[in-house]
Amino acid sequence: MNLIEVKKLIYEYIRRDKDGNVDGITTAIDKVDLDISQGDFVAILGHNGSGKSTLAKHLNAIYFPEEGVVYVDGKDTSDPKNIWDVRQTTGMVFQNPDNQIIGSIVEEDVGFGPENMGIAPEEIWDRVEESLEAVGMYEHRERSPRKLSGGQKQRVAIAGIVAMKPKCIVLDEPTAMLDPKGRADVIRTIKKLNRENSITIILITHNMEEVVDADKVYVMDKGRLVMQGSPREIFSQVDELKEIRLDVPQITELAYELNKEGIPLPKGILSREELVEELCRLL
Amino acid sequence: MIKDITLGQYYPSGSILHKLDPRVKVMGALIYIISLFIFKGKLGYIATTAFLIFLIMISLVPFSYMIKGLKTIIIFMVFTALINLFMTPGEPVFTIWKLTISKEGIEVTARMIIRLISLILGTSIMTFTTTPNQLTDALERLFRPLKIFRFPVHEIAMMMSIALSFIPILVEELDIIMKAQKARGADFDDKRFTKRVKALIPVLVPLFVSAFRRANDLALAMDSRCYRGGDGRTKMRPLVYHKKDIMAYLILLLYLAIVIVMGRL
Repeated sequence: MNLIEVKKLIYEYIRRDKDGNVDGITTAIDKVDLDISQGDFVAILGHNGSGKSTLAKHLNAIYFPEEGVVYVDGKDTSDPKNIWDVRQTTGMVFQNPDNQIIGSIVEEDVGFGPENMGIAPEEIWDRVEESLEAVGMYEHRERSPRKLSGGQKQRVAIAGIVAMKPKCIVLDEPTAMLDPKGRADVIRTIKKLNRENSITIILITHNMEEVVDADKVYVMDKGRLVMQGSPREIFSQVDELKEIRLDVPQITELAYELNKEGIPLPKGILSREELVEELCRLL
Repeated sequence: MIKDITLGQYYPSGSILHKLDPRVKVMGALIYIISLFIFKGKLGYIATTAFLIFLIMISLVPFSYMIKGLKTIIIFMVFTALINLFMTPGEPVFTIWKLTISKEGIEVTARMIIRLISLILGTSIMTFTTTPNQLTDALERLFRPLKIFRFPVHEIAMMMSIALSFIPILVEELDIIMKAQKARGADFDDKRFTKRVKALIPVLVPLFVSAFRRANDLALAMDSRCYRGGDGRTKMRPLVYHKKDIMAYLILLLYLAIVIVMGRL
């Protein structure tokens, strides 16, 4: 069985008027199927309101499916007795780095998760040390998280999840509020965790450059899963992406425009080196 | 200017006070507060002030940083000082219009100011040297007996520590909102009081909205990190008294005894 299996998931937000009558229904997630295996680096793309954050919250038993099922590590998330196992298996990092810090010292914050899990103090310290080293924040362990930069805070938040030894980390637009440097640091960190600690990464974003190295990309629009495939497969469909108001990486865009001007370049070029190589071949 | 609020904030300086068991510091703050109100004579002030200076010195927190915390309550202090100054009956020193300042009034005011400042500095030494989480732990342990009465000790302690750690964030936010409203022409410096209060409404509303949003985010983050209340939770730093904590308790008791004795003289 795969680490995460989502089958025909439906989730609706029901708006009610003052008397409690149903006023309108917004289908946030509409019959979504998802299979993610252990160790994958998966990206979920989508415009605002495409349902990608709602989907993410299902993987961590924060929301429960209205219809369909979500299995995390073989456990049904809608079963109340699985809730803590599910939350420990898939950790979640949110968008705003300020709103997920609980401790007043970096160490304390990273230790919050393991404390909740009832782990012995000595082991908590081992885990805190390990996970702070994994995200490259060990030398800041005694500082106040409030005094760190956005990218550093976000890496502390990631360390807080890593300390819970999850199999999977779901990151819900972790770089949306960061400057370019913080963005690069966070992305480098999650790639490293994926590679070295073989933690499954589910990265939710609308920054296309971050997606290029993913194993698999899912694209969501209006609650539906509209595309899936490797980054190359996805980004070769420039027109379809533009239709649902999504961009492609700059290099891909450049290749696409050149192609339109009559330069015979292959579709779905992802990196600068690749483009250079293809252009040289044409000369 | 708003960013100057330092009341209730941790200041990591690695002093001996920082290393003490937080329970000692909570009890210490309590003992200090009690000590401020049990003496009558002038010697008591010397004892409490001397002890305060001693604490400030070993806390290694810059005095200028501590003073910043006082600024925020200055209006309150001036207000109570004026009331005391004019309302205390006794031998008149001088009279302005119908208000008389008495000799006793000056004395009472001076005493009150010293007590208030000591009270605030004394308790802020505790918050400067104890992280909100340690404070929570300490309160949780000290109030644990109340659990028999089904009093939610852990939950309340947790709420307190979160409230404390969110003060600087909300202060920063307040600053941003005020600047934003100023840029739109809000006038916070109007001489008329009602105008100033009215100008605060467009500041407080967004502040509250954002505070609720933050609270919601934080609750989600805590949920997803397996927070489920105090039961079955372990501590990174289990509270164990060491030799230095016992010493600190002895010093505190000695101090209390000195104040009691000096207060009688």
